[in-house]
Amino acid sequence: MTDQTASTGAPYLAGSPTAGSLAPAVAENGGLVTVDGKPLKKALAQSQAQAKRRAFILVAPLLLFIIITFIIPIGRMLYVSAHNDAFAANMPTLSQWFSQNPDVVGVPEDEAAWAALHADLVQARKDRNQGKIGTRVNYDLSGSRSLFTKSARRAARIEAPFKEAFAKLDKRWSNPELWGVMRRNAAPYTASFYYKSLDLKQDVDGAVMQADPSQRIYRDLYWRTIWISALITGLCLMLAFPIAHMLATLPLRYSNLLMIMVLLPFWTSLLVRTTAWIALLQGQGIINDTLVAMGIVGPDGALTPLLTGWGMADSQGRVPLMYNQAGTIIAMTHILLPFMVLPLYSVMKTIPPSFVRAARSLGASQWTAFWKVYFPQTVPGIGAGVLLVFILALGYYITPALVGGAKGTLISNIIAEAMGPWNNWSLGAALGAILLVGVLALYWLYDRIVGIDNMKFG
Amino acid sequence: MKISKLLATTALGAAVALGASSAALSKEVTVMSWGGAYTKSQVEAYHKPFTEKTGIKVNSIDAPNPAGPIKTQVEAGNVTVDVADVEYSDAVRLCDEGLLEPIDSSILPAAPDGTPATEDFIDGALTDCAVANIVWSTVYAYDSSKFDGGKPSTIGDFFDTSKFPGKRGMRKAAKANLEMALMADGVPAGEVYEVLATEAGVDRAFKKLDTIKSDIVWWEAGAQPPQLLADGEVSITTAYNGRIFNAAVGENKPFEIVWDGQILDFDLFVIPKGAPNKEAALDFIKFSTDTQRLADQAKWISYGPARKSSGPLVGKYQDGKTDMAPQMPTAEANMKNALVNSFEFWADRDTELSERFNAWLNQ
Repeated sequence: MTDQTASTGAPYLAGSPTAGSLAPAVAENGGLVTVDGKPLKKALAQSQAQAKRRAFILVAPLLLFIIITFIIPIGRMLYVSAHNDAFAANMPTLSQWFSQNPDVVGVPEDEAAWAALHADLVQARKDRNQGKIGTRVNYDLSGSRSLFTKSARRAARIEAPFKEAFAKLDKRWSNPELWGVMRRNAAPYTASFYYKSLDLKQDVDGAVMQADPSQRIYRDLYWRTIWISALITGLCLMLAFPIAHMLATLPLRYSNLLMIMVLLPFWTSLLVRTTAWIALLQGQGIINDTLVAMGIVGPDGALTPLLTGWGMADSQGRVPLMYNQAGTIIAMTHILLPFMVLPLYSVMKTIPPSFVRAARSLGASQWTAFWKVYFPQTVPGIGAGVLLVFILALGYYITPALVGGAKGTLISNIIAEAMGPWNNWSLGAALGAILLVGVLALYWLYDRIVGIDNMKFG
Repeated sequence: MKISKLLATTALGAAVALGASSAALSKEVTVMSWGGAYTKSQVEAYHKPFTEKTGIKVNSIDAPNPAGPIKTQVEAGNVTVDVADVEYSDAVRLCDEGLLEPIDSSILPAAPDGTPATEDFIDGALTDCAVANIVWSTVYAYDSSKFDGGKPSTIGDFFDTSKFPGKRGMRKAAKANLEMALMADGVPAGEVYEVLATEAGVDRAFKKLDTIKSDIVWWEAGAQPPQLLADGEVSITTAYNGRIFNAAVGENKPFEIVWDGQILDFDLFVIPKGAPNKEAALDFIKFSTDTQRLADQAKWISYGPARKSSGPLVGKYQDGKTDMAPQMPTAEANMKNALVNSFEFWADRDTELSERFNAWLNQ
């Protein structure tokens, strides 16, 4: 704080009629004091702290709301993605044996390990936990779930020596890979779900390697999600720019009407809009029926041989517009378009038309006036729209699920599958965490290239 | 003295009566099921008569798959569902994970002829935590107006797009599709899971699916396949048999079911761990899975009762003229080449095969 602000601030702080003079009181040590003798810096800090407290109380409900509905769930998701103690907590004796014998690789010869396995399985059967343990191991080694449920059912009847007894019960117990997986599962914190999310796997010794080609899905899906989102963002920008420009320059009575036409679909339920697209796009839908009636496509349409040659027509000569990527791109572009139009419009509305006129009168061509004068001023709106549409598209779920078919689904659809039917929350959380990191990285990149301050929503 | 005694007795009696009636009023049970025609059949056959008999109110709620909410509710410690209707593999899995209350099957009512419940139910219909109510199946169905000459009749015909042109609807999941592919490829129903347990068997199933891959339209919810058929999007589709029946008989659509290669499964009632009205839930399950109630349900949708003794009692559809017995997946004529879904196989290999299926979809 400079002395200048202090000296102008002092009379107000003093708050006493005697402090009318502009000359601040000076303490013995040379520092400024208020009328009641407090050092000025302290008094100022006090009053500022009070203002801050008041402001904090005002934002506290919002802060609390964000913490409860946003920070905690995301933190919880990150935790679940790296923490899964279904094995460690329910197989305590064997987990302890693993930590005491860190050097044993593969199937142990030590009878103590087998006795620990036996004790844990007997206990698991009592507590009805064998399913949890089996499910956890099954994530890393498919086909192990029934091994645990079956062995737990029979564990009480098994007698020492346990190694032979377990081998006799099921030969899968002699699989070194199983013991490698169990050893890794004995630690509650794990990166295995992240490996899986990136199409990697661990071998018996824990070395990381590529997953089998027939099991690789997630990396392809991330790339697909990114490029489809980028394409949709590009299409939205191309479509929205002229619309927004027209809305911003037309006389009010026309632009209001057009604005309502932009907003109406925005206010309509997402499901209704997606279902409407199904009716339009499907093989027997309105678009294809119209094209067939016009004789363009269909069994003897004019373009059918050409389209069939390109692989763009089905056996009836109709164009497949949905249950593929085309469906996802068309429907999502329409649904996300308002998110591009609105920021662009609000920015364009503030650009005085006189700028372009001035450029023209100074001899700029129409293109130069647009590109050098008008366009740079719309960049904040473009930035806001692009970021908004792109990030919304990355996490889009319901539209690709309904019209995307097999090749038009995005990463969020697989996350939903992991959370729902597969019941593998850790995998779903890891996939989500990677998506979150990706979005944050893009945000950071955007900030570096364009600057986050240089963004306007209206 | 006498009068005061009388008064006291009356007052006491009134108080008891009041207390009892208010207790009966506050009793209720929440049942979660799959929605649509299926929930309707349960409301008509189970919920209404149960409320009539016991005075316990039944709240009916729906989920795309009730197994999902059970895990969430039990793990969050906030259970609101008393009874849920789930598939076999989910019932076993949830039970193994300790998310369900055990149900002692000896408390279930015996058949009218005195056969104990444990013998009256079809094999596998009773587990530690679940009581089956219906047998349903995944079948394939076609729109008969689309085929002038021969009609599809075997599971192989589903995969024969040159003989029976048109798109195919299939559920977007590995389950049931892999089995059907193997059966179409000539594997007898009895050996399907043996073959599918091997790497070569899985390859073989995917290879068969490859032959029609570009013609498949994928569906996810049970209500979609009849819609796809009605819209002409597909000419043949796999579906749950009850949904096709209701579209064909209830809405007069020209749909025909092909039973060859059908895959049977149970739907079972379970009680989530910590259900708020456990006693009422048990009463509900006891009531709903008795011989008459299971037979009544077949009046509303073509799913087979899980009790043997219910079979002969199955009558006509609600329209009063369609005989239900031949519409059941368990009818003898429909069982010639039928596969019973192996919950153990899917509990073990669901994750792996789902991933492989998704990878295959994206190739």
